Parts: sequence; structure tokens; C-alpha cells
Amino acid sequence: MNEVTEYFSDIFKGVRSLLKGMSVTGYYFLHPKEIITQQYPENRDVLKVPERFRGELVMPHTADNQHRCTGCSACQLACPNGSIIIVSDRVETPEGKKKKVIDKHVYNLAMCTFCNLCVRACPTDAIVMSNDFEHATYDRGELIKILNQPGSKVLEGIEE
Amino acid sequence: MKIEAIDTSETKEYFINMGPQHPSTHGVLRLLLTLEGEIIKNVEPHIGYVHRAIEKMCEKSSFQQIIHLTDRLDYLSCHMNNEAVCLAVEQGLEMDVPERVKVIRTIIDELNRISSHTLWWGVMGMDMGAITSFLYGFREHEMITEIFEETCGARLTMSYNVPGGLMFDIPPNFQKMVKDFLFHFKKKLPEYDTLLSNNIIFTERTKGIGYLSKENAIAFGVTGPSARASGFACDVRKLKPYSAYHKVNFKEIIFTEGDCFARYKARIDEMWESVSIIEQLIDNIPEGDYFVKTKAVIKLPVGEYYQSVESARGEFGVYIVSDNKKNPYRVKFRSPGFANLSALNKIAQGCKIADLVAIMSTLDLVIPDIDR
Repeated sequence: MNEVTEYFSDIFKGVRSLLKGMSVTGYYFLHPKEIITQQYPENRDVLKVPERFRGELVMPHTADNQHRCTGCSACQLACPNGSIIIVSDRVETPEGKKKKVIDKHVYNLAMCTFCNLCVRACPTDAIVMSNDFEHATYDRGELIKILNQPGSKVLEGIEE
Repeated sequence: MKIEAIDTSETKEYFINMGPQHPSTHGVLRLLLTLEGEIIKNVEPHIGYVHRAIEKMCEKSSFQQIIHLTDRLDYLSCHMNNEAVCLAVEQGLEMDVPERVKVIRTIIDELNRISSHTLWWGVMGMDMGAITSFLYGFREHEMITEIFEETCGARLTMSYNVPGGLMFDIPPNFQKMVKDFLFHFKKKLPEYDTLLSNNIIFTERTKGIGYLSKENAIAFGVTGPSARASGFACDVRKLKPYSAYHKVNFKEIIFTEGDCFARYKARIDEMWESVSIIEQLIDNIPEGDYFVKTKAVIKLPVGEYYQSVESARGEFGVYIVSDNKKNPYRVKFRSPGFANLSALNKIAQGCKIADLVAIMSTLDLVIPDIDR
């Protein structure tokens, strides 16, 4: 007799536990406002990306095409993956001295792990991490970027 | 020569591969099972499918560059891994970090532990056949991820620690974000119990399944919630307090049952303890610097440095041998997943294949952590 009652009470308890679980899912069925799903590609306009989010390395330029990079290659040394290559050039200053200036700041996005070490290493704050995170391209070559714009110059007064 | 015929009616054992592509192995882990009918006789894990030679790569990296590699070990408790390296390097430099750094590190540690356990809870439910829990677990996981995104600048591989402190100071609204999350989380955690812990199908599949004795847990070096469910007190936060853990009161969750349900329950209760730790610290973040300036090229004195932390899966240790160069001579990571996996054979013998899924879920294996 005891076993029979136990058997039926087990079934009752089991069904009760299932219904209890379903009451939770039922609550969200009736309260759709508490659901937090975001419709990603459609909500691009209202998408809020935090300021610190590390999406891609960029070199900010001023309105008259000047940047702050001196070509000291501190970022190249700090990078753990070798995704930054600095191609520098030597130019002659009006005083007749030879000076190292940056020719190309090559950044390979495909090799970057977004660890922020290059930004920390930069003595002149020339490079920053931008919030752009949509990196998909059809061609792998597009991921190798040259950060300094063509014809750009170093801002006056920025020395190594 | 006479060839003896094999009596196939007597041969009952057979082999089967579980993985490397199997949904319940959570990665590329291959288990070679020896079965007799449905009963498991032996489990032989074959690992190394995602081996990336991280320890070797560390020998070529500077001490700052090691940190971002440790993100890629156990990616669900990356902040603890980062912290272990930083503490080991700071130990070598005999550097004392400010109180503020210690408290922030502890808070982020516990947030990371909650995020890891919520994700584990969701995946555990999915392994047991309940997809609902997967979505519910990710709801809370996502909230913590957003806090990390705003504080550390990345969602999963954060690299928030640097030798000497933190990469950034906390944002001004950090305390409010964390408090909002805790308020939300304390309301939602009982839902977890209603959905899964008391569910009859779930309890039937986990209670009394996959017993691990305390002796075996110690013998195989199992740590973390998996070992504490067998009664082995091994919490590094209690045994060797680091950062701000000596300042907070918390209970070490210990169960003696040693079965899958005890391991499940240990993690759920650990989330409550993490909530209490964060609540004790969040209002008392001391003022001060978030970073002590180190030299651009860090060189540790000749010697050996070991630092262990309690990651979400167990004791994570970093062992650095330095020969006073800018790169370490040798780096060894003691990953909790590897030791926990070694006990799988002992636990699973005599169980059924369906039980193996429950056992692997409750051991909470992360394959990149095992392979490194």
C-alpha cells in the first residue's frame, strides 16, 4: 500500500515540478516587454557601443590632414602578433639634418587580437581604438590597412 | 597453422568515438569509449585538437604580451587568468599594487565567475535537453558582458589586467551598473531553481549519477566546484587569499554527495556567494591610483615564481621561470580543466552513455584550457 502511494505521489510531484517550470516560461510569454532580444542589423541606428570598446586601430587626423605619429615604432615592438609594421622614411630638414618620418603605418587587422598594448605604448597618442566592429570583407587584402592618409604630415611640435 | 576462430557471441565489448565533433563535448575533445552494451567500461580522452603552443609562445613574448594569451586559455574566466600572470609578475618585481586595484580586481573576478557559471548553467540545461535554460542563462551572461564591455573594452577576451594594475580606471557609472545587475540577478537566480534544479527530469538524470569520492578528487588533482562537491576543501580564495579576498566574508561551498547534482548545486550556491562578495566590496572601492607605472621592458630577477588563483573551474596556476631577460625562460600553466578531465575515467566507469553527458557537463570542461 505504501509503495503505491509513493508511486502516485512521485508522479504528482514530477508533474508539479514540470508545471512550475512552465509557469516561468509562461510568465515571459505573457510579459513580452521583459524579453531582451535585440534585432541586430535593423537596430544599427540606435545601437549603443561603449566608448572603450576596442574594435579597430585607427589614426585620427586633423582637418588639414595632420596626424601625431612620429614613426618611432614603439607600437610595432609592443604588438604581440606582429600586426603593425612601420615603414619610415628619411627626409632632410631645412637646417640640413636628416630626420626620420613615417612613410606608412601598415596595420593588419586580420592578425590583431585587440589587446590595446600598441595604444598604451604610443608616446604621442597617435593611434586609438575605434568602436567600429563590422570588419567583414569579401577580400582578405582589404584587411591590411594603411593608417596614415596619403599626403598627411606630422603635427607641428610633436617630437619623439 | 591453425587460426582460432573468434567466438563473436562472447565478445561483448566494443569501442566507440565520442567527438571530436559532438555537441556535448563543448569543443574538440575526443573520447574513446569502451562499452559493453550501454555501460561504459573505460573512457580514454584524446586531447590536443586545439593545441596552440601557448606556453611556447609565452617564451617569445614579453611579460606584458603574455597576458593577452592567457585570455585564450579558459576564455570564460579570462580575468582570473590575467590576474594570475599579473600577480606572478608583481611577485617577481616585489611590487605592491594599490588597494583600489585589488578591490576592483576582486569585483571583476566575481563578476566573471558569475558570468561563467550562468553560461555553464545554460549549457548544462541544454545538454540535459532543456533549451529554455540556455536562453535564460545567456540573459544574465549578457548583462555582465555589457558591464565588461563598458569597463574593460572587450566582451570576452578582456585583457583588463596589466602588471602593476589595471588597463583603465573604472567608468563613473561602474558601481551603478553592478548594483543594477545584482538587483536583477538576485531576483532571477531563484528562477534557475524553479526551471532546472527542481525539474523532475533533470534531478532524475543527475542525482546519484557520476560519483566522485573525496579520495579520488584529491588523487586526480580535481579542484574547483567539482572537487568541493565531493567534500574536498580546495578554494584558493580561502587557502591562499590574494587581492582583496582576505577582506571579505564568504562561505566555501562544500557538499559531500559527490554526484552530478552536488556539482550542479555547488555552482549555483557559489553564484550566491559571489553576489555577497561583490555586495561587500562595491560600496567600499578605495580612492587612489589604478595603475603603478612599471618599466617599459620588464625583467624579473632570476628565479621561479608561482601564483595560483581560483578560476571558475578550479585552481589556475602560473609558473614562471625567469633568467633576467625580457622574455620568461619557461612558463607553465596549471589549468584546472586538464586535471578535472583526468578524473573522468574514474567517474564514468559503470555509467551509461547518457550519464557521461551529464558528468562532462558538471565537470564544466573548457577545451582550449585543456589543450592550451
